[in-house]
Amino acid sequence: MKKVTLEVNGKKITKEIQDHAVLSVFLREVLNLTGTHVGCDTSQCGACVVHVDGKSIKSCTALTVDLQGSKITTIEGLAKNGKMHPMQEAFKKLHGLQCGFCTPGMVMSAVDLLKNNKKPSDTEIREWLEGNICRCTGYQNIVAAVKEAASKM
Amino acid sequence: MKTFNYHSPKETKEATKLASSNSVFLAGGMTTIPSMKLGLASYKDVINIKGIKKLSGIKVSGKTLKIGATTKHAEVAQSKEVKKSIPSLAALAEGIGDPQVRNRGTIGGSIANNDPAADYPSACIALNATIHTDRRKIDADKFFRGMFETCLKTGEIIESIEFEIPAKSNYQKFPNPASRYAIVGVYVAKHKGGVNVAVTGAKSCAYNDKDLSSALTKNFSSSAVQNVRVSPSGMNSDIHASAEYRANMVKVFAKKAVEAC
Amino acid sequence: MASLVGSRVERKEDKKLLTGRGKYTADVNFVNQAYAYFVRSPHARAEIKKVDISKASKASGVVAVLTGADISNDKIGGLIAGWRIKSEDGSDMKVPAHPPLASETVNYVGDHVAVVIADSLDEARNAAELVKVDYKVLKAVVSTQDAMNSDQIYKDIPKNLCFDWLLGDRAKVKEAFDKADKVIKIDLINNRLIPNAMEPRAANADYNPSTEEITLYTTSQNPHLARIIISAFNGVAPENKLRVIAPDVGGGFGSKIYPYAEEVVCSWAAKKIERPVKWVADRTESFLSDCHGRDHVTHAELAVKNDGTFLGFKNETIANIGAYASVFATVTPTYLFGPCATGVYKMPAAYSNVKAVFTNTAPVDAYRGAGRPEATYTIETLVEKAARELGMDPAEIRMKNFPTQFPYQQTLVHSVDSGDYVTGLNKAMEVGDYKGFEKRKKESASRGKLRGIGLCSYFEACGIAPSPVVMMLGCGIGLWESAEVRFNPTGNVTVFTGSHSHGQGHDTTFAQIAADQLGVPIENIEISHGDTDKGPFGYGTYGSRSLTVGGTAIVKACDKIIAKGKRVAAKMLEANVDDVEFSNGEFVVAKSNKKKTIGEIAFACYLPGTYGEVKSPLPEGEEPGLKETSFFDPANFSFPAGSHICEVEVDPETGETKVVKYTAIDDFGTIINPLVVEGQVHGGLAQGIGQALYENCHYDESGQLVTASYMDYTMPRADNFPDFDLGFTCTPATSNPLGTKGCGEAGAIAAPPAVMNAVMNAIGTEISMPATAEKVWKACNENKKTNSEAA
Repeated sequence: MKKVTLEVNGKKITKEIQDHAVLSVFLREVLNLTGTHVGCDTSQCGACVVHVDGKSIKSCTALTVDLQGSKITTIEGLAKNGKMHPMQEAFKKLHGLQCGFCTPGMVMSAVDLLKNNKKPSDTEIREWLEGNICRCTGYQNIVAAVKEAASKM
Repeated sequence: MKTFNYHSPKETKEATKLASSNSVFLAGGMTTIPSMKLGLASYKDVINIKGIKKLSGIKVSGKTLKIGATTKHAEVAQSKEVKKSIPSLAALAEGIGDPQVRNRGTIGGSIANNDPAADYPSACIALNATIHTDRRKIDADKFFRGMFETCLKTGEIIESIEFEIPAKSNYQKFPNPASRYAIVGVYVAKHKGGVNVAVTGAKSCAYNDKDLSSALTKNFSSSAVQNVRVSPSGMNSDIHASAEYRANMVKVFAKKAVEAC
Repeated sequence: MASLVGSRVERKEDKKLLTGRGKYTADVNFVNQAYAYFVRSPHARAEIKKVDISKASKASGVVAVLTGADISNDKIGGLIAGWRIKSEDGSDMKVPAHPPLASETVNYVGDHVAVVIADSLDEARNAAELVKVDYKVLKAVVSTQDAMNSDQIYKDIPKNLCFDWLLGDRAKVKEAFDKADKVIKIDLINNRLIPNAMEPRAANADYNPSTEEITLYTTSQNPHLARIIISAFNGVAPENKLRVIAPDVGGGFGSKIYPYAEEVVCSWAAKKIERPVKWVADRTESFLSDCHGRDHVTHAELAVKNDGTFLGFKNETIANIGAYASVFATVTPTYLFGPCATGVYKMPAAYSNVKAVFTNTAPVDAYRGAGRPEATYTIETLVEKAARELGMDPAEIRMKNFPTQFPYQQTLVHSVDSGDYVTGLNKAMEVGDYKGFEKRKKESASRGKLRGIGLCSYFEACGIAPSPVVMMLGCGIGLWESAEVRFNPTGNVTVFTGSHSHGQGHDTTFAQIAADQLGVPIENIEISHGDTDKGPFGYGTYGSRSLTVGGTAIVKACDKIIAKGKRVAAKMLEANVDDVEFSNGEFVVAKSNKKKTIGEIAFACYLPGTYGEVKSPLPEGEEPGLKETSFFDPANFSFPAGSHICEVEVDPETGETKVVKYTAIDDFGTIINPLVVEGQVHGGLAQGIGQALYENCHYDESGQLVTASYMDYTMPRADNFPDFDLGFTCTPATSNPLGTKGCGEAGAIAAPPAVMNAVMNAIGTEISMPATAEKVWKACNENKKTNSEAA
């Protein structure tokens, strides 16, 4: 067991956790932030993407103890004062989600894209989302939503 | 995943002291953690080396580019120094895994793991890299020994990788449609002393294709590639690609790389 | 109030899903829950000699280790095949026993042998390694083609043959073929797929010793069916003591229609140990043990006249149903496949003969399209070949054989109520700029790429109905749907449906329907589904049935609400019932300004009397309350149809093939929410293109699953697709009052032949799915060789 201190969605948290607990387990089981999903647990599907110090990573493949002192944003922390993030709004407007399981990771990944590239092309969006698998949407409305969000941000 | 003791030393020496035959150094963890989860590996001690400051960073000095072992793929991809000195290396880093893997995976981790389909080993070979560890310098062509095998000793830590800046270079990858690792990846680098054509994905370990290298040393053009026979013997054969297909793709992607140089 | 039907209403369920507030089964936790980990067979076929749990039972944190012997001692029944198929010779199909935990034999890699239940998942998993199973490994049967000539897997099932089924008339077909100018023949493999819903299957069962009730949370498309099977067949608990809740479900595509061993075992174990038992599949378990899809080997022939008129069709198929007969495993390659195999064409004579075989692979069951993609792939590649061999344009040969009069009695089973296939294909050719293809082909060639174009015209039969007919054909369940419309006293509405969304957007589409019917604002309507204790029994979501069957049940329940509302309004407004009209949420007495809103009527129904200002006595004999239930059993299937045109580019140097242009024109009858329908088409296309170019389930000769992770099973990603061009035509269905037809499976049905026809058009050679880079490259090289030899 190790003591870790993290800032999660703006709140400072100190917890004792097992050395081998990955971040997705910590978020879901210790903090009950179940919006971060686990689809493959081996860092391919992207359902577990969160931001660590402003960058998107796959939380299933990061040890919590490895992130001592980091600032973490999960899907639950993206909306501010009850208002959804423009990316979330765009996904809703353009039907960028169906079952919603891949969605938290997809949204977190897309938000990171716009930090790096304010006006991405369709191709750039599709390539960026390489690490996020969606089985429902055929991706088309996701790409449209990311473009829509880019135009609003 | 089986339990283990996690350590986060601040100095290389401390890390080495913690190491044993039942330990692993953890950098990005992009392979180590999934392997532990799938039960393919388990360790008593997991030693995080990302806290060791001197292992990260990018520096150009004279004819070489030196990248610290814990430098992340995204950092290499976005680095102005790398883009300026060896743009093909930045492009290679940009093509590894996906953005989240690039935000966490490291160059040292990649080459220490030596996955037969990883990208970086081909860069090391093509760019006459020297692997600096806590105890010695190793030439890339001696470093990679076989599938998931390097000449690193227990407790030996890669500190940095020093690449020779080539006159021209390019890396072309044909990704596996499922994993997006290389079915074949070909790194062509033209140095003063000759051309290297390093291939990954095709065999159990990345290698320098001597025939292609010498043909291109004599005549640096895609037509020179055309006349070289690449043998499928010893090449990987799996559900994604037969040896024969891989052999052909080595040529196709060598040509593409030469043309893009 | 403007009608909501037909408008692009943003989904009501999205906010929770987008903000991380969705609740999936893996998110459900109970106090004191224990964790289950399954010991699975590492062998494709073996006898179990001994299961030694002594070490595992003593391991840290272990609560119980349960085996096949325990399940049999407790008389827990096996998993079932839900549809009885009879062979051509009249005999019943043969199915092996399928115990939730095996005790005598294991029959595929991943088959369930024991379960370890512990205080933590780590402890359960570690202890599972200590369960020692002594196997006698037997030779596995893996190949679909060779299954009938291989070792016999089950004592009582000769040739591993489940059934040998015939639909159609062999003699008539022979006559037709005798008259043919030409017979076109084709041999196909419909590649096996792994559904891969992004949410892995999961279960969490809680037993309440005081009420003796089990509450099972599970990833189900169909919680009511899960309850009746786990209760009536597995015998875990009486139906009234078993509550099944499927909360948010993260995709299913068929793979979550039916209950699996894990749900049975968790429910049974929770009762046994009197603790909640939670299980969540890891992705490897999903690959190994979710039911797979497709896996046919087909020989088909088409008899044609020289002018392209179709005379007859025959289809000889071997369908691999895996190690056990899963719930819909037997209907998928028969009644869902055979009738549609003649395609969207006039076909004077036809038969489909299907031999279903057992193999030592995971069970195969319904997967998006279920039988109809296999049927459409067969006929549409055959038709394309006919066009090639007759030197006709692929569009022309299709047009020539389309029926134009509706209702149309299709050759084998279906009476198709409505359709307009000519308009559909014309529109596809226009939207997809069919004429401009040659120009685009030249442009591709200038970049060294081979461009090909492929067509697919399809029809499909979905929303299986009516129940008496499907039961006569062997179905063990009804296929009607229920709805309960409950007005709350304050005038807002809860609609319970027996259908269950796992991504389709029921909360929105169904609310649109109810809002229109009742004249209540959509934000005042809540759709409730997925909990057997809340709404009436229903049959869930699969087979593109939710809207046509479940949506109609809502309409019918609303009709009953309105009828009662009229009686109550008449009393309150002192008018004759026949003079009360209902529109836009108001009951109005004809030719007067007397009216009551539906909210006022609801309030009156709950306060039936006089109290202060409330004056709302009900008509004599009228019951208080305002809640109506409807069970709707449609008179027929619905028959969506359409034409898709795909263009691909092939890099002849590498064989890499990309879809570069895709046009889909579909007729789904009346569309309730175009936003949702377009999403369904996009998703179906991605899965269809996935089957054609990328996805393939591969077992090696010993029955090990080689494609058991995302490292080896190619899941289509965003960069594999272009934007799709969609369009619609509309001939309303006559079998439901909304005029709707199912839309969920169309993309997965139409895309594989459209893509493969395009690939074959590009490279000029027949090639099997998936058209992977190496296969295409080889085909290109062989062509080059043939061409240079010819020169």
